[in-house]
Amino acid sequence: MSTRTPLIYSPKVLEIFRNPKNLGAMQDASVVSQAGSPACGDVIRIYLKIEDGKILDASFESYGCAANIAAASILTEMVKGKTLKEAWMISWEEVAEELGGLPAIKYHCSILAVGGLKRAIRKYIDETRRERPDWLPVDLSKEERQALEEEELIEKMYKKHGRAP
Amino acid sequence: MRKVSEFLIEHGKPSREVYLDHENSGWVPPEVVNEMLPYFNQKGYGHPSITNRPGWEAYEVLESTLELVGRTLNVSDGELIITHSGTESNNLAIKGAALARTDKERYKIIVSAIEHPSVIFPARTLEEHGFKLVTIPVDNEGFVDPEMLEALIDEKTFMVSIQAVNHEIGTIQNLEELVKIVKERDEKIIFHTDASDAYARIPLDVKKLGIDMMTISSHKIHGPKGVGLLYVDKKIKIKSILDGALSTQRFWPGVENVPALAGFRKAVELAFTDFEKIVERMKVLRDRLIDGIIEKVPDVLLNGPRGEKRAPDNVNVSFLHVEGESITIELSTRGVYVSSGSACTSRVLEPSHVILAIGRRYEEAHGSILFKISRYHTEGDIEYALSQIPPAIQRLRTISPLGREIMEEAVD
Repeated sequence: MSTRTPLIYSPKVLEIFRNPKNLGAMQDASVVSQAGSPACGDVIRIYLKIEDGKILDASFESYGCAANIAAASILTEMVKGKTLKEAWMISWEEVAEELGGLPAIKYHCSILAVGGLKRAIRKYIDETRRERPDWLPVDLSKEERQALEEEELIEKMYKKHGRAP
Repeated sequence: MRKVSEFLIEHGKPSREVYLDHENSGWVPPEVVNEMLPYFNQKGYGHPSITNRPGWEAYEVLESTLELVGRTLNVSDGELIITHSGTESNNLAIKGAALARTDKERYKIIVSAIEHPSVIFPARTLEEHGFKLVTIPVDNEGFVDPEMLEALIDEKTFMVSIQAVNHEIGTIQNLEELVKIVKERDEKIIFHTDASDAYARIPLDVKKLGIDMMTISSHKIHGPKGVGLLYVDKKIKIKSILDGALSTQRFWPGVENVPALAGFRKAVELAFTDFEKIVERMKVLRDRLIDGIIEKVPDVLLNGPRGEKRAPDNVNVSFLHVEGESITIELSTRGVYVSSGSACTSRVLEPSHVILAIGRRYEEAHGSILFKISRYHTEGDIEYALSQIPPAIQRLRTISPLGREIMEEAVD
């Protein structure tokens, strides 16, 4: 197998990057979440409009590379019309798949988008004081944990370079 | 698997293209290509160290190229070693001198914090073999502090490597002064400079500078890829880091890339014809691009110095609230070709060490964009770039949640 770094993007990523869907803040969102940090070069913000346990609308904002923008955009497409449970079950691999594939060094973009979505769902259930459904684990999911690790990583990097964030 | 060809179809060919990425590589002008062509199949296609006519014709290319480059650098008592890239020249300088070291008490290699990776990484490799790498920090414009350098040199110091011009932010070091400090302290310390981004942009005179070794690279001056040179003063001992058949030169085996050398020779000739005029023009275009960006785009930081201490071809700015890799792609679809110091473009997921070394924050490094002007650019090219940059940044800022207050309170 070649060890050459693969091309970063599929044509689909470029297409979505140029024409993202569901872009921008949602004024009447039921919940807003954010994942990533500016210092890492990756921030995804997800807005969901939820009624009767169903996602009626979704939008995003993104600071990051083309994969970051495309992953957030396609994820908002994927969750529309889904129940919270169905949305929770979306894996980062499915998002990467929808984008026509991502190379390993861009997996974190897809993981961050799914982490942001899961945070939004968890936050919505917490804020609306609903009983925790059985599909929602008490412990953070892999994607939520990864988002948190990325956010904490930057403090370590600043420490390494001897500077305050 | 995904194919680049499919990606390029989606990208499309912009109706106007302005290539501003001469840092990373560049196109080769027709005069240079024409100079190369006969050497593929009409003459000089032999091996330059073999005694037959095509071999001697090849040798003639080597000889005349080195003679010409030597004149532009005022070389008289040294050797110009032909390699295939600036990276190879830097590796030869650092590892080659280390292999030839006789005084084992000297093990410190001092480099600036903003050197090219092809200087930093060989020095790091040497750390596995008993050397110690010492990095000198730079100020917020990228300058090495001469006093700090003086304080770092000691009897253990083996080599100092500080580039003439920084490849990302265009800082022109006061090389003459830095060399003087080192040499006055200890003649035996080897001073190497990577001049890949200085050659044909600022005057370089190896004698006046008192430099021991200097790297230059063909494709950074509109020559073809595949040629680097290393100047080595005659009093400096190095050893080959590649082993192979003895060719025309001792320190870099393998047949020389003769057509590329012929092209490089032409590129040098073109770059040094009306050198001052060309450089003055580049400065005008550079300043127009810097001023235009600052005037048309809010929230921009200029990286590196202004005026005479900045390389005539270099523009580097950080666009706040947007990420550099997206900017390069957005500008690419608009026909403006640039590069970024963002982590996403580095493939190691850490942003530019140069931008961080001048004290910028991570997010400022992620939004850094490097433009390099060439003598072939016109005012129209710069105006075209300036017409595309503001809407490109604007579009990405519309996507970004940063730099705006809205909904801020809605997020924990």
